[in-house]
Order: sequence, then C-alpha cells, then structure tokens
Amino acid sequence: MKSGKEQTTDLRWTLQKRMKEVLGRSLHIRHVDSGSCNGCDFEMNTLTNPIYDIQRFGVDFVASPRHADMLMVTGGVTRHLEEALIKTYNAASEPKMVVAIGACACSGGIFGRTYANYGGVGHIVPVYVYVPGCPPRPEAIIEGILLALDRYEELSRNRYEELSRNKGENRH
Amino acid sequence: MEKTIKQWLSRMKQQLGNKVRSMEQNGAQETVMLVEKTELPDVCYFLWHEKKGRLFTMVGNDERDIHGFFALYYVFSFDSFRHFITVKTLIDPLDPTFPSVAVQLPAANWYEREVKDLLGLRPQGHPDPRPLILHGDWPEDLHPLRKDFPLDRHAPRVQSREAFMPYDSEDVTEIPVGPIHAGIIEPGHFRFGAVGDTILHLDARLFFTHRGLEKASEGMPLAKALFLAERVCGVCALSHSVAFAQAVERIGEVTIPPRAAYLRTLFLELERLYNHIGDVGNVCAGFGFAVGISQGARLKEIMQQLNEHVAGHRYLRGVVRLGGVRIDITEREKEDIVRTLAYVKKEFQELVDLLFSHDIAMNRMATTGVLRLEHANDLEVVGVAARASGRSVDIRRDQPYAAYDQVPFHVPVYEAGDVLARVRIRVDEVFESIAMIEQLLHSLPSGDTFTSLPPLPPYRSAMGWCESPRGETVHWLMVGPDQTIYRYRIRSATYSNWPAVPLAVKGNIVPDFPLINKSFELCYACCDR
Repeated sequence: MKSGKEQTTDLRWTLQKRMKEVLGRSLHIRHVDSGSCNGCDFEMNTLTNPIYDIQRFGVDFVASPRHADMLMVTGGVTRHLEEALIKTYNAASEPKMVVAIGACACSGGIFGRTYANYGGVGHIVPVYVYVPGCPPRPEAIIEGILLALDRYEELSRNRYEELSRNKGENRH
Repeated sequence: MEKTIKQWLSRMKQQLGNKVRSMEQNGAQETVMLVEKTELPDVCYFLWHEKKGRLFTMVGNDERDIHGFFALYYVFSFDSFRHFITVKTLIDPLDPTFPSVAVQLPAANWYEREVKDLLGLRPQGHPDPRPLILHGDWPEDLHPLRKDFPLDRHAPRVQSREAFMPYDSEDVTEIPVGPIHAGIIEPGHFRFGAVGDTILHLDARLFFTHRGLEKASEGMPLAKALFLAERVCGVCALSHSVAFAQAVERIGEVTIPPRAAYLRTLFLELERLYNHIGDVGNVCAGFGFAVGISQGARLKEIMQQLNEHVAGHRYLRGVVRLGGVRIDITEREKEDIVRTLAYVKKEFQELVDLLFSHDIAMNRMATTGVLRLEHANDLEVVGVAARASGRSVDIRRDQPYAAYDQVPFHVPVYEAGDVLARVRIRVDEVFESIAMIEQLLHSLPSGDTFTSLPPLPPYRSAMGWCESPRGETVHWLMVGPDQTIYRYRIRSATYSNWPAVPLAVKGNIVPDFPLINKSFELCYACCDR
C-alpha cells in the first residue's frame, strides 16, 4: 500500500502523461468564481503551492479565458455573476472544458436555488466534469482534470470518426 | 447581574428620559431598549458618541407574522461592562420608512442600505441612495427578505441603477477592474479614479457572491443550519459555526462543558494560525517576493494537513455541534499538534526574519495604505485592520467566549495603520496563538464534549460572536416555531472592514492596491452572503 504522499505524486505524473497523450502540450486553466464560499478557490490555490506544485507538471492557471483550455468554475452561479460567467465562457477558446468544482458548482450545495443563486453551473453553461466535495481535496481536483481529459479524448475521437464517416459518404 | 451594570443602565435610562419606551433584559448580557422610530437617531448617537458603545451589528426583521410590524435592532457593545444594548424600533408596514442613523454614525451606512434593499425599509436622509446587496438590475419594489417573498423566485432584470463617482476633469482616468480578476480570487468590481498613477478615489462594487443565504436559512432546522453557517465562508468556517452555535446555546440558556469550550478555543486558534501564516505569505505576492509566497503557502499547507489529521477536515468544518464539539482529541494527537507547531514556529520565524530584513519588502510595506485611527473608529473597523491602526478591539478579550477567559494572551496593537503594521499584527498573533495552543493542550480538562439542548422557545433572539482570523464576526439569530430559524443575520468582519479600504488606498499608487487589499485580507463570501 502506497502512502498518501506517494499516491499524490503518482497522480501528478499520470496528469503529465495524459496531458501529453491527449493534448500534446500543457494545460491552461482559467478560474471563475461564480459565487463560492472561497473554500474551493483556496483548494485550487493549494494546487500551486510547493507541496502539490502542479505547475511543475505542465498545468498553469492563466489570467485570461482567451488563453485557457479549461474553465474551473466554483460556486453555484449567483444572479450577479451570471453575466460574468457567460462572458468568460464565450471568451474561452475551444474546447471550453468546463469543470465544476465543489458541491455548490455541482448542485447549488446547501443554499440550493434561491432568488440570488441558480444552484449549479450546469444550469448556465455546459459542464464536462463535476467534482463534488466541500471543498474537494486537491487530489480530487487533479482527478477531475484527468476525467476532463478522458472526456475530451472521447469526444474528439467521436468527432474524428464522424468526420471521416461523412467524408466517406460524400465520396459515394 | 452586577450592581455596577444595573446602576449604569438606570442612569442611562434617566439620561434618555422619555425617549425610551421600555427597557428589558434579553439574557444576562443584553438589554433591549424599545424606542419610537423618530427617536432612533438620537438614542443611537447618544449610545455611540456619549457612552462610547461600538456599533456591533444591525438587523432588520420582518415580524409582521408575529405582531404586525417590521423591527430594526441596532446593537451596541460596551466592552468595559461586557454588556450589549440593543435599540429596537418597530416600523409600521403602511409607512416603511425610518430616519437614517448613518447621517451621524457612519458605520451604520451599509446596514441601512441593506435593510432598504432586502426589506424595503427606507432610511430617510441617508447619504448614499445607491443599491448595495442587490445590484442595480434588481426591481426596486421587490424585497427578498420579506416573508411573503418566495425563496426561489427569480426576479426579472430591469434597467440598471448602478452609479459610480462621476469625474468632471479630463485629468482623471477611470480604471475599471473586475468582477473577475486575473488570479484565483473572489469577485468584486473596483472603479479607480486615478490622476496619473495616484488613486484619487475608489468605488468598490461588491456583493457579487450574494447567494441569498440568510433567506435560505429561514425555516431551516437549527441542526441543519449549522452546516449552512460553516459554509458562509471557506476560511473562517469554524468561526462562523462557533458564532452560530453560541447564539443557539444562548437562546437555550445552555453552558457547554469545559472540555468542549477548550476544544473550541483550540480549533479556533488553529484556524487563526493557518489563515495568518497563509496571509503573511500572500502579502508577499503584493510585491513579487517569491520566497515568501512559497514559504507561506508551504507552512499553511502543513497547518491544513494538521487540521485534517486532527479534525478530519482541512478547513475545520464539522468540528462544532450545537451544545459542544463533535471532535475530541487523543493524547497522540496532542503530541502531533505540539510537534507540528514547534516545526512551523521555527520555519515561520525564519520567514519573518527574511521578510523584515528585506529592504525592498520593507519599503513597499511601510507607509503604504494607511488607515487612520479616526477613520477606523468612525467605521467601527474590527480585527487585524483595527489593531494595526491603534484601535484595540478583540472580542476574545472584550466579551470572552469558549475558554478565552481561561487562557492569558496578549493582544498586539500597532499605531502606524499601514500594510507593515497589519503584517506585524498577524506575525505577533501567530506566536500568541502557538503559545495559547500549548497552554490549552496543557490544561485541557477531561469530561464530556457536548451537552444536549432543550427545546427552544419560539421568537426568542440572541447573538453569538467570534473573533475570526479577519476580526469580529456576529451572528444574530431569532428562532421560529419547531426549532427552526426565523431570522438569521450574519455580520462578518469583512462587512465592517470593507468600507475602510477605499479610505486606506486614497493617495497611494494604483500598483499598490493589490498589496493594500491583501494586507486587509477581506473575504467577499461572508460579506456578500
């Protein structure tokens, strides 16, 4: 049985390997706080501290959605941040992988749906992966990135097959 | 109740004469004065200005179901007497207005704007008519905290009423920033009016993360609401849950067992430690001091791993239960805490020595973002920001709770009010907290870790308070029928301190704003709710 520390290290190496396989390059993430309690935000920050240090494995948190492959959204989308989330989503470049971080982003959390809260990122923009937890541990967020990469790979494979099938049909 | 407090109260009643309709006790520590709304500004100003009470919190409540009126509660804390005086007034629904207290008492500014937005009670003569909690595109005639407003009703968006400071001169450049920022930070919109590099004026548009949490809590069973309380804010989770539990316990007139009180104090200091250590590291990001950032983040992570090891949660959620604590610690965990703290203390000392001997770092921190004492007093600033400006308030000492009256500790105060002073307060408090934890572990009493609560009588109210890492946090609670919440008002330290930030940045250069902001370390979530 491996220790927690070893498992975390393994997870990070897997992350680097999968990024190379699926994207062929590093992964850039843009964070959007859509109304979280800041617990999830701090856990995302934790990923860049010297203990997790996922920047060393090729993941970076970037300042603009234009530079991002992935949006990490925390919070259940408040009325006051709906516009900001939609604008960020529209500004992000394809494939716009949205990862909903934490219970609030997944389903609204304990506050649920109120006059000021939409109760989940999925109500506003399409979501790739939901990472539950209050807040999810840093390892769970890495796991979420890995799942998003799997899904991206699957979607792009399907899309490739569809494209080549259409090509074939056009020829006949 | 002590004789001196009784004398003091009766003298106050004499001085106020017929302005006070009635005066009654609510628990041992709170006196409620009922006044006509026309007398509200005079009585509040008297308590604040003459009697030197601190405006502790202000609550608006829709009590039409109970007695047909809205109610306003202005709570003042009298630290030297360890007593609170609440000025209560009833407001007729047919005339939902009241004379503004904020004209004379600047700290009431936000509270009254909030009451206007959420309950539709209009403060007359208030200096700032702009919306606060609900943004400008919310319909002006809908008030979500009224009981007849359904929780999940989505109001249509209307023409925005947002307004920022207009500038006449062409020399003033407006710089809009946010609500989404470049880093992993919470959302807020800042509008700088700058002349060249120098900030002339800052308008901060906050409340982006307003989730309607207080409304969501209404009707919620108290046991469930504890989970909500610890989710008000991520990094002051424990402070909020302790404050809520104290309010419930005060209504139920329950004293928690000594071991529970000690454990709460212990975990609260662990919360302060991971926050302060992380914040000292984070301030270094304000001037690109990479070693400091990394060391701060590393030590914070070690503290959070200790939290998880001892309490099962990196942010200490799930520690508190109503009537005590859920988590007890073993002898072995005690040793782990002592060992980790010894290591962290040594490493943190190294970080501090490095930081305070670095010329560029010192140059950037000293004289930057000065908050003057009179501003801090007028706005009732609390916590680290207050103590760095020479305002000695610390609710752990002033109105002790948990086991804070059992352990001696020193409250550091600095006069300068700049970024450096705020960092120094945190540094001193880190060492104080470590010393306190050692004492607490040494004298930890044995016994039960919780006591059961009796059924609570409906429509009783009480407060719970806690010195979170950011400052004093107050939870005002009124229970409804069947052990549910009727009204829950959370006043976090951030709510008191935000209005002071624009005053502290004035005259500084725009690039220093992130540094000043970090030195206040205000969280938006518990401000916006």
